[in-house]
Amino acid sequence: MLKVKNLHASVGDKEILKGLDIEVKAGEIHAVMGPNGSGKSTLSAVLAGRDEYEVTAGEVDYLGKELLELNPEERSWEGIFLAFQYPVEIPGVSNINFLKTAINERRKYFEQEPIAAKDFLKMVKEKSTLVELSDKLKNRSVNVGFSGGEKKRNEIFQMAMLEPKLSILDETDSGLDIDALRIVAHGVNTLKSKDNATIVITHYQRLLDYIIPDFVHVLYDGRIIKTGGKELALELEEKGYDWLTKAKA
Amino acid sequence: MAYSEDDLKQDLVDQEYEFGFTTDVDSEKIPKGLTEETVRIISSKKEEPEWLLDYRLKAFRVFQGMTEPDWAHVTYEKPSLQDIVFYSAPKPKKELASLDEVDPEILKTMERLGISLEEQKKLTGVAVDFVMDSVSVATSFKEKLGELGIIFCSFSEAVKDHPELVKKYLGTVVPSSDNYYAALNSAVFSDGSFCYIPKGTKCPMELSTYFRINESGTGQFERTLLIADKGSYVSYLEGCTAPQRDENQLHAAVVELIALDEAEIKYSTVQNWYPGDKDGVGGVFNFVTKRGVCQQNAKISWTQVETGSAITWKYPSCILKGDNSVGEFYSVAVTNNHQMADTGTKMLHIGKNTKSTIISKGISAGNSHNSYRGLVRIGKGADNSRNFSQCDSLLMTDTCGAHTYPYIECENSTAQLEHEATTSKIGEDQKFYCLQRGIGEEKAISLIVNGYAKEVLNKLPMEFAVEAQKLLEISLEGSVG
Repeated sequence: MLKVKNLHASVGDKEILKGLDIEVKAGEIHAVMGPNGSGKSTLSAVLAGRDEYEVTAGEVDYLGKELLELNPEERSWEGIFLAFQYPVEIPGVSNINFLKTAINERRKYFEQEPIAAKDFLKMVKEKSTLVELSDKLKNRSVNVGFSGGEKKRNEIFQMAMLEPKLSILDETDSGLDIDALRIVAHGVNTLKSKDNATIVITHYQRLLDYIIPDFVHVLYDGRIIKTGGKELALELEEKGYDWLTKAKA
Repeated sequence: MAYSEDDLKQDLVDQEYEFGFTTDVDSEKIPKGLTEETVRIISSKKEEPEWLLDYRLKAFRVFQGMTEPDWAHVTYEKPSLQDIVFYSAPKPKKELASLDEVDPEILKTMERLGISLEEQKKLTGVAVDFVMDSVSVATSFKEKLGELGIIFCSFSEAVKDHPELVKKYLGTVVPSSDNYYAALNSAVFSDGSFCYIPKGTKCPMELSTYFRINESGTGQFERTLLIADKGSYVSYLEGCTAPQRDENQLHAAVVELIALDEAEIKYSTVQNWYPGDKDGVGGVFNFVTKRGVCQQNAKISWTQVETGSAITWKYPSCILKGDNSVGEFYSVAVTNNHQMADTGTKMLHIGKNTKSTIISKGISAGNSHNSYRGLVRIGKGADNSRNFSQCDSLLMTDTCGAHTYPYIECENSTAQLEHEATTSKIGEDQKFYCLQRGIGEEKAISLIVNGYAKEVLNKLPMEFAVEAQKLLEISLEGSVG
């Protein structure tokens, strides 16, 4: 599904990704772990197409397309979803209106009619149950006045509504209490299928107790320095990153 | 390539008003310039009674002793009054045989605003087929209003048919000595609207100047007088979301609202006059004095969406004279290119337990300047009065300006005043969030801006709100290519 080869990216004149490789197949869950400043959030931003990041070298193949050639919105329409580490507030725009606009914009891209109100509401009802999002939050302005946990649940709700092929969860566990963590993880696990894939970017092993990854990658200084199975996460939890980074240094 | 802030900036500069000046007004004119004789001619042409001529002359004398104010945050070349023709009786515009003769651009805009075919014809001056009902609809509206004793007519008609009401209330809220432009208007006003709602009557429909559009073209110096008698209610709509073309550069209107005990007036405006071209050439100067007075338990609510005019100078205000009266001001002002707007409100609390709310949302783009100027004054006797003010500014470019001048004068220690203000730039984060969810740049900006202005748009009557929202969208749509 996704093949990243020798990816280099910078912000301003600072190079952050320095030759990153990763391959994700349909049906898989990948965890990307690493210490602060290793480039985790840059990876998600580059994949989603954020302007401030300049890709200086490398290739990204996504379902046979040159991902880096696509606009952020085209990437979204083609099935890439980024759950933000810091979900953004949009005052005066209801969650529901926001999602309906998003869904219809994508339908327009695929030359489909706008979604029928009935179908949309049915979908909202079904998907919001998944992350236990209350009606009140659905109708409130996007993320305005949401608690940290509610924001993250709202991200997963949006993910469920948009039915992406490749989801990237950027530090979705940060700031979550254990209950919220469980709800978020339940959402992600329920949405998992043989046709979609997920990249979970996280600091801590904790989330991986709930979302079981097929692969764990360690990102350090802009490169993947080690890849393993889920047991690698446990090892990291126990030993920290030092034993890997020191070996590298 | 992704659409950048720079592209947006460029597009904002490139955006041009699609409508231009093309109206051929066929009219009966008097010589240019302003003298006492001009005032007399206007009054006699309009066959006005003696008392009204006196009113005009008095105003003219006051006006002569005044100078044009320059405290507003706007710069412009002062219009020379000696070059203005102060009276031109509007003759019916040339009727067009069909919509085919109307500029297709205008029709396109109207269609997108959701204006019906019938309304489009009316607004563009196309003869309305007698089997169609817009004329009869307007007539039946009038009949219905008449049954309830509601008077809704042009100002000139009111002078002829209801002189006692006009005489009693004219100039009681905005005295002719109030300010330079109010004095000018009082001396030379051309025509306008008059409305009276009898005691205890709830006006069953939104009153709109729009219904009278063929009967009396909008004048350059418009005068509106609206009286809501005790316990009555009226919602009044002024202006139109459709592009307004006008050859007059200077507009100095006066609007007076009188809400007697327990009465409620909701006054909504959408202003879309020609703003000038992208270099700031041309455009309408809109210097308006709007004020209402509330008696006991009365309420006046002003809502405005201002997108047009080169210069706007406008402060719809409330005098909260009666105890427990309520004043509200909700405003969205959009400026682009070289437009300048200095707008806000005055809430003058005189009675006890009076309450006022001010919500002002400025949106600046291009090289424009958008200022909020407001005064909240709590008088000595205004025990337990409350005011809440919120002034937000949204900046679309690095070259525009947003300014806030809130004045508070409080002479009563039992009053409660709250003021909140924010200034934000349309956020890269917000935009990227929308893009990531598959909402393209243009749609994203319109979504964010409409969300920003929602509190105010919600105050507009339903059908108006939808049009106003589309109007914002259209003006911003051009701005992002």
